[in-house]
Amino acid sequence: MEDQNKLINEVTQRDYRFGFVTDIETDTIVKGLNEEVIRIISAKKDEPEFMLEFRLKAYRRWLTMKMPEWAHLKIPVIDYQEIIFYAAPTQQAKYESLNEVDPELLRTFEKLGIPLEEQKMLSGVAVDAVIDSVSVKTTFKETLAERGIIFCSFSEAVKHHPDLIQKYLGMSVPYNDNYFAALNSAVFSDGSFVYIPKGTRCPMELSTYFRINAQNTGQFERTLIIADDDSYVSYLEGCTAPMRDENQLHAAVVEIIALDRAEVKYSTVQNWYPGDKNGKGGIFNFVTKRGVCKGVSSKILWNQVETGSAITWKYPSCILAGDNSVAEFNSVALTNNFQQADTGTKMIHIGKNTKSTIVSKGISAGRSSNSYRGLVRVAPKAENARNFSQCDSLLLGDTCGAHTFPYIEVGNSSSVVEHEATTSKIGEDQIFYCNQRGISTEDAIGMIVNGYAREVINKLPMEFAVEAQKLLQISLEGSVG
Amino acid sequence: MLVIKDLYAKVEGKDILKGINLTVNAGEVHAIMGPNGSGKSTLANVLAGHTNFEVTHGTVTFNGKDLFEMSADVRAKEGLFLSFQYPVEIPGVSMVNFLKTAVNEHRKYHNQKELSAGDFLKLMREKKAMVQIDSQLTNRSVNEGFSGGEKKKNEIFQMAMLEPKLAILDETDSGLDIDALRIVSNGVNMLKNKDNATILVTHYQRLLDYIVPDFVHVLYEGRIVKSAGKELAFELEEKGYDWIKKELGE
Repeated sequence: MEDQNKLINEVTQRDYRFGFVTDIETDTIVKGLNEEVIRIISAKKDEPEFMLEFRLKAYRRWLTMKMPEWAHLKIPVIDYQEIIFYAAPTQQAKYESLNEVDPELLRTFEKLGIPLEEQKMLSGVAVDAVIDSVSVKTTFKETLAERGIIFCSFSEAVKHHPDLIQKYLGMSVPYNDNYFAALNSAVFSDGSFVYIPKGTRCPMELSTYFRINAQNTGQFERTLIIADDDSYVSYLEGCTAPMRDENQLHAAVVEIIALDRAEVKYSTVQNWYPGDKNGKGGIFNFVTKRGVCKGVSSKILWNQVETGSAITWKYPSCILAGDNSVAEFNSVALTNNFQQADTGTKMIHIGKNTKSTIVSKGISAGRSSNSYRGLVRVAPKAENARNFSQCDSLLLGDTCGAHTFPYIEVGNSSSVVEHEATTSKIGEDQIFYCNQRGISTEDAIGMIVNGYAREVINKLPMEFAVEAQKLLQISLEGSVG
Repeated sequence: MLVIKDLYAKVEGKDILKGINLTVNAGEVHAIMGPNGSGKSTLANVLAGHTNFEVTHGTVTFNGKDLFEMSADVRAKEGLFLSFQYPVEIPGVSMVNFLKTAVNEHRKYHNQKELSAGDFLKLMREKKAMVQIDSQLTNRSVNEGFSGGEKKKNEIFQMAMLEPKLAILDETDSGLDIDALRIVSNGVNMLKNKDNATILVTHYQRLLDYIVPDFVHVLYEGRIVKSAGKELAFELEEKGYDWIKKELGE
């Protein structure tokens, strides 16, 4: 036991692999937040009037709001006047070929293992790489354009498809939804926009890699995905961040709208800097993600593997408005050292015969705290709604914590809501069994944890699943006892 | 191959092994018998390197190397295999993935090239046929939902895959019906050769009808109190362990 704990300490205190800073010139504005700053952001982005109004409305609302305190998290006071709300690489032009791109930037991507070069993209992944808020390079755009699929940065969408933005922005996550969503609505810099036309199946996985780079820069991404009638899209979001001593705020908003019989699958592998082994530094990840199954028989799936960030506050949710709509939330959340996560989902059943499934797998190691918080609400009119929730917690060692906060509200008698929860520890006997077959303790823990998370990992697209498995192995290798 | 000298070990502060001496040579089959609580399973676990057991005295060399200098996984890679009395379940980890990792860890340790997926599956098919394991079992998670008999067969299958120098079979016969016992025993017999050795830990003589030992040792209160040829097993079966106790003057 002693030995095992020692080994656990060794393997769990490995340095963050992606801790490096890219030295590229950035165009930043003065730090702090006021109406003037919002006007500057909007002007820099050359936005139409309705966008500025949306931002200002959100900002004024935000001023009246308080930071949410209900989560099982200890969040230090954030001084919003110390944050720079806009930073973009100065080389903003779009490039015809990779040769024109800042080589320093390319090296950054290389270290992250992002296959930006098109020739490496035979796997069928189109990457919209985001460095500090501005989309640098979008691949496969033309292939997609042939089918009428729009996949571009949010700013471009505002310029070229203002009608779509005006119609759908704020539909899933209203500007006044919550403190961080209001903040995001006021200051968001960029993000991704996806529109899949009627009857179209997106032929490849769409992927965005976010990366926070410049110092003291909050990142406020905004993603909007619209799947029109009878369409399908699978979207991947992967995140890594370089090492920082100061905490960095990240308050993103992701909105999904699925119209009649449309299906959207949104997968995240999040590996932001979690802080060092003493709990210093790391990203604050306060994200609002929500999908609306607006159309009949529509379907939204959230799949996530979360291993990063010092503090995670995140509840990818679904509003099942259309009759017969289906929603799934599959999550693996891993915390180590001093990481804190309060994550889960909300399933709001409004339409008849709607069905939701929640599978949450928490893994806690070190001195971390890992909470699942989930709401299942069935409206009175949502006849025959079904929900099944399964929340499992795996503990590694005896200094971490796992908590489950399920909230269930059922407004009619024809609906069925089921909730199952388990808490377990990695057994010494399991590790010894692996050891006895020649597998080291470190590999054994990685293998057992991956086995535990398999149900969720299997839902990820192939290339992501492999990355997720590696991440779990790297960020963890926890304890027994 | 294995030389145990004056071995003492305790678990949870309690002395269990109190001076074991045993030498096992290549090509030999040793049976270790004894009543419940005599320390049979402790001996098996101490040799395999379970951290719950604390060695307080004595030495064990395995192929000339100090066994206690090696961690459990290194002992395995050096060729020591333990067939568990109660094989554990590892949910979500497929048998194929588990064994492929194990086999390749062994190969890496011996500076051999790792097996490709194709070669590995081929090897698995051969060994499955050899130990007559149901091919469905290897498609499932490690031991998950296996019956008692299936778990034991699975242990022998893993042994076939890893080709150990020394196999320690801890109560492999317990919980087996007569057909399963025959299959398991056939597997063990087939894997036996002049270069490897087997230690059978068992309560009953029954297993020894199928796997014939060269030596039988009686373990009692943490010590080997009697060693003889295979006829000793019959004598034990007939007279029970009380006979040993009487002989020891208790």
